[in-house]
Amino acid sequence: MKDFAFLNGNEAIAYGVKLSRPHVIAAYPITPQTKAVEKLSAFVQDGELDCKYMHVESEHSAMACSIGSSSVGARTFTATSSQGLLYMSECLPYASGARLPIVMMNANRSIATPWNIYGDQMDSMHVLNSGWIQLYVEDAQEALDMVIQSFKLAENHEILTPVMINVDGFVLTHTYEKVEIPPQDQVDAFLPEIKAAPHLMSDENKMSMCISAGNQHYMEFKIKQHRDMFKVFDELEKIDADFLKSFGRNYGGAVEGYRNEDAEVLLVTTGSVTGTVRAVVDSMRDEGKKVGVIKLRILRPFPVDEICRNISQARAVGILDKNISFGYEGTVFTNVNSALQQKGLTISTTNFIGGLGGKDITKVNIRNMFENLLSGEGETVQYSNMGCAL
Amino acid sequence: MKDFEMSSRPEWRSLSDIPMGSSCPSFHITDINAGWRVFKPVVHIEKCIGCYRCYYVCPDGAIHMTSGKKAQMDFDFCKGCGICAHECKPKAIEMIKEEK
Amino acid sequence: MSTAAKLNIRNLDSNEYFYGHKACGGCGESLALRLALKVLGDDAYLSLPAGCMAAVSFIYPNMAFKNNAIITPFASTAAVTTGIAAGLEALGKEKPLSVGFAGDGGTADIGIQSLSGAIDRGEKFIYICTDNEAYMNTGIQKSGLTPFGASTTTTPSGKVIHGNINEKKNMFEIVAAHGIKYAATASIGYLDDFINKVQKAKDCDGPSYIHVYSPCPTGWGHGAELSVDLGKEVVDTGLWYLAEYEEGEFKLNRKPKEFKSIHDHLVRQARFRHIGEDELKVIEETRDAKWAKMLKNWN
Repeated sequence: MKDFAFLNGNEAIAYGVKLSRPHVIAAYPITPQTKAVEKLSAFVQDGELDCKYMHVESEHSAMACSIGSSSVGARTFTATSSQGLLYMSECLPYASGARLPIVMMNANRSIATPWNIYGDQMDSMHVLNSGWIQLYVEDAQEALDMVIQSFKLAENHEILTPVMINVDGFVLTHTYEKVEIPPQDQVDAFLPEIKAAPHLMSDENKMSMCISAGNQHYMEFKIKQHRDMFKVFDELEKIDADFLKSFGRNYGGAVEGYRNEDAEVLLVTTGSVTGTVRAVVDSMRDEGKKVGVIKLRILRPFPVDEICRNISQARAVGILDKNISFGYEGTVFTNVNSALQQKGLTISTTNFIGGLGGKDITKVNIRNMFENLLSGEGETVQYSNMGCAL
Repeated sequence: MKDFEMSSRPEWRSLSDIPMGSSCPSFHITDINAGWRVFKPVVHIEKCIGCYRCYYVCPDGAIHMTSGKKAQMDFDFCKGCGICAHECKPKAIEMIKEEK
Repeated sequence: MSTAAKLNIRNLDSNEYFYGHKACGGCGESLALRLALKVLGDDAYLSLPAGCMAAVSFIYPNMAFKNNAIITPFASTAAVTTGIAAGLEALGKEKPLSVGFAGDGGTADIGIQSLSGAIDRGEKFIYICTDNEAYMNTGIQKSGLTPFGASTTTTPSGKVIHGNINEKKNMFEIVAAHGIKYAATASIGYLDDFINKVQKAKDCDGPSYIHVYSPCPTGWGHGAELSVDLGKEVVDTGLWYLAEYEEGEFKLNRKPKEFKSIHDHLVRQARFRHIGEDELKVIEETRDAKWAKMLKNWN
């Protein structure tokens, strides 16, 4: 008997966390993540979730408390967004360098100034180099499911890397859809109790953590961390396949294509905008236009092989970035171009910057992007839905 | 006194030799501090009254009270700061310039 | 009030839990840490931020602590300390002991926010501030705990401004204002008093805070052998006081009938040798005013 509920993205995250049975939650509220932590607090205060909820006084402390809790082997969750993510950003490489399996939900939101509370991906792009695994979810069901998968991924003793689950602010955190809530016993079977890794502190094995390393040692520590990150792709695929067996649905690992195998032109997307693009792909296909979409589910580690394999047959690829690196271009665009270069592939790529500060990306906007790719005209970097001339 | 074994500095041949995370076992002491000293505390045993004061005040824990309640220095870890000599009431400890 | 026997050097744990560290010879902080650990034992989980004690104890591959110990981000000693406590409790550990040791910056300046939040949350943890009155690890710069008149590398005795012109932040009373379960001031010049306060913190069933005055030969400009001596003398001059905050009440542990000379105490340290008559007068009057208030209002 399946259990369904009408949930928004924040609530879906909260249910995913509840089912994962964390030991400690340490989080500070920030729009648009607030409903997630409020729902978790309600679970705790109703006795439905047996965990320690730490009412921290800032996001920096949220991550620091998470570091403390995770360093002794407790399953730990936190959540933030935008300014909060940047405030705690010092602690992100701290946690990844210490190889702590923390899972964090980030409600993707723009960064001041000017102040804006709506969704774009400026915040997570800002911390792309932090050593955290970065996942992007398209809908509330994927959000719930990826919490469970993320704990399994992070806590794997070959991986031991913290995971950031990015959920588009407002368009996903605050919109409602029908979500299946898997049964607790099935989740317990899929995600058993955390097994504390040997490098953490314990009574039996006393460790010194977050030590300092001189110039003869530091680089080696970091390259090991970097190389270990590549193990994520195989592990994520395995977890995805196991998830299908346990729960009857999966997401395809690092990259998911939609009507892309025979597409002439493709859009590469991350997050919830993928849903809108799918709808446009269907309309344009009905008109006989060979368009498709590639959804990038993971940005770190960057799936060079997977993305190249999935776009190499197209003649033109557009990369939709809801972010900008000032003085250059969109960050996903930079990453995709480098991947193509690494594989010796020459495909025409175009960067479509849109959605900053929650600006709409409409079906018309997306259709224009596809038309632009099909015609092969236009600048390499374009700005969608601008209210004025450049 | 040292009741532990000194640890050796690790050799790295490949990435798999590097510790996970930024962790290292606790109480993993690889280097001595003897080379820091200019002056060395010398205990005049006949004057030592076994009051434990020098053992109390050594910031490095490098003084040990023997079973006969006399002060004994661990010269691998004594930095020669002189607090012990300064605090010793019967003036049983003398700071002597160390010949290298 | 505990009826257990008072701690002294003979009944204190004879094991060393902090050894082979790279602190300066004569370092006051390292003495405070070494003795505190003899009271706390190696079951304690330690958190230390950027500062001298972290810098000298965790240089790969030389690890000086016997305990589980972690360096925390600078601003978040108390956050990591309480995160460890929460994690251990959630894992089912009985009576976890999580202790944070921090210096000036990690306590009174960059770290004060997380300390405030941790005390407010009310879970058991111990926080020991080793106060050497400047940011010593980075080169003796002024901190919120630098006393009036002291010369530091960012408040040097210059032609126009003669050293530090701010008063020392009163961390003991700031922490007490949170309604903390137990707080105390201490000094490495009064070691029996210090170790018994650490024991009280260990037995306390909520947050506790100890502020221990820790002379620094390198930063203060005095002979390394004088650290404990100066730690005693500062209390005898009344510039520092031994006190406790318990069950909502302040108590002075030591009420000198007569204070030792402030001038004679200050000139033993190079950081104060530039002090003139005017500055000395300010320091003496500040001390007198503070003691008048304490003697009137505290137990």
